[in-house]
Amino acid sequence: MLIKGHVYKFGNNINTDVIYPGKYLSITADREEMAKHCFEAVHPEFLKNANPGDIIVGGKNFGCGSSREQAATCLKYFGVRAVVAETFARIFYRNAINLGLPVIIAPGITQQVEHNDDIEIDLLIGIIKNMRTNEIIKAKKLPDFILKIVTNNGLIPYLKKKLGILGN
Amino acid sequence: MISMNKTIAEKILARASGKKVVSPNEIVMARVDVAMSHENADVVLRSFKEIGVKKVWDKERIVILFDHRIPADSERTAATHRRLRTFAKEQQIKYFYDLRQGICHQVLAELGHDLPGEVLVGTDSHTTTHGAFGTFATGIGATEMAGVWATGELWLRVPESIKINVDGKFKPCVTAKDLILHIIGILGADGANYQAVEFHGETISHMTIASRMVLSNLPMEMGAKVAFVPPDEQTIAYLKKRTDKHFQVILPDQDVEYSGELNINVSSLTSQVACPHSVDNVKPVSEITGLKIDQALIGSCTNGRLEDLAAAAEILEGKTVHPDTRLLVIPASRRVYLEALHKGYIEIFVRAGGLVLNPGCGPCLGAHQGLLAPEEICLATTNRNFKGRMGSPEAFVYLASPGTVAASALKGEITEPC
Ligand code: SF4
Repeated sequence: MLIKGHVYKFGNNINTDVIYPGKYLSITADREEMAKHCFEAVHPEFLKNANPGDIIVGGKNFGCGSSREQAATCLKYFGVRAVVAETFARIFYRNAINLGLPVIIAPGITQQVEHNDDIEIDLLIGIIKNMRTNEIIKAKKLPDFILKIVTNNGLIPYLKKKLGILGN
Repeated sequence: MISMNKTIAEKILARASGKKVVSPNEIVMARVDVAMSHENADVVLRSFKEIGVKKVWDKERIVILFDHRIPADSERTAATHRRLRTFAKEQQIKYFYDLRQGICHQVLAELGHDLPGEVLVGTDSHTTTHGAFGTFATGIGATEMAGVWATGELWLRVPESIKINVDGKFKPCVTAKDLILHIIGILGADGANYQAVEFHGETISHMTIASRMVLSNLPMEMGAKVAFVPPDEQTIAYLKKRTDKHFQVILPDQDVEYSGELNINVSSLTSQVACPHSVDNVKPVSEITGLKIDQALIGSCTNGRLEDLAAAAEILEGKTVHPDTRLLVIPASRRVYLEALHKGYIEIFVRAGGLVLNPGCGPCLGAHQGLLAPEEICLATTNRNFKGRMGSPEAFVYLASPGTVAASALKGEITEPC
């Protein structure tokens, strides 16, 4: 599975309050509406400058903080194609996987990729290519079980298949 | 041969996944004993409907209550509450507490849902709190909770474990909150990422259950997956008063090799404060004494229990909050509220000029009831001080113990509790 996209880069410890402000937590169903508030309070420029199809690159501990799934949902429905970070906080990592938003751990990524670079991620092998520098960055390969959930577009379609419930 | 080098996390996950032994990094399918959600059960519900299962897996293992926005802060929340009331009725959810009981983490403990050796998942990051009872308790997202509602199980990576040994006797007015802030300051915001924390040592044995819950509440802020206080006689006595369910205490083996160990002696520890905008930005209170505060907040799942209100009441009794500071007090639960009423604490707060709010999360998550304007400074007993957490992204939140917050409210500036 190849994922290509334009990089939108952040620093360390990007927390879920920053990704999705608490005041919008009362939005529980409308995912398109959630997408309108990504990074709104602290990095409002994201909504202006980022585009659907972009890949977010973050530093250490991306997604730390609350369990709010909206933080992963808003990115997915904004059209973010994948998030690559040095490390992730655990609940954000789980949420993204369970929503079918690919999350890739790539130590050293913030040194090798700049804002606005184009990169290509090979999810199956676990490598990332920087199209500007042609550098190859080694990422952590996702465990097979997790890869299965991600490639099924998340836990719900995966469970439906497993439980033998037909999709619509 | 039974191996004798397993941590609490490994032993509980082995049991929950029906295996003899499990090891760190292994991914297991674990059976869930308790599945807790608050208002975000509405997000869970949406995904649950998408799965297409008609009935929840076990109506006696799901707990739903409202605490984040009570009473409803908006029409939208009112609709959320209403949808979930209907759902709880339809599915005959046995433990549906509506908005009557208080903050989820306090309520589950009080009502006997936190049992040693069990797996408890909650759609709330501070679910680690329940580890104070030796429960494998961790926060999960809404979609996977929908999977739990449907199947009763979920995937978990077996964590490595860190042992934190605490010895020594606290100085007067220094508390479990100061200790855990100090630890987070040492280990950092991702210092325990994906790991299980086990608290050991003589200081922990002497701690009240309420203080142990403070210790287990905050490790989430250094990334921990679970945070155990190994159960002892005090734990069992607390639980026996609240449940007649059978449970099995699971303790770590003797010869565990932890992935990290931290030894702390609290005898010289002083009051601590976490400064904006991250919980690991910890300093002794003495370093920022004199900083003016606009709001003082005592409450939350971290420090809204009876002993916290007692500590604050002792300082506030017969005194008045500084005219430039507003004091908000939020008992963590209905039960705490009633006990605080009986003991006269509530009257002390009201006489001191404080506003006592209904049990719930209040402004802790920036939803309602006391948000901050740009440039305002709040000193709170809560657990998170991120930018924008409690209102304006240009406001500043500092975290400290109830004593520090109460004493600072009187002075109108950050000060030592005694
Ligand atoms: S009191 Fe604050 S930290 Fe605790 S559950 Fe409520 S919002 Fe979360």
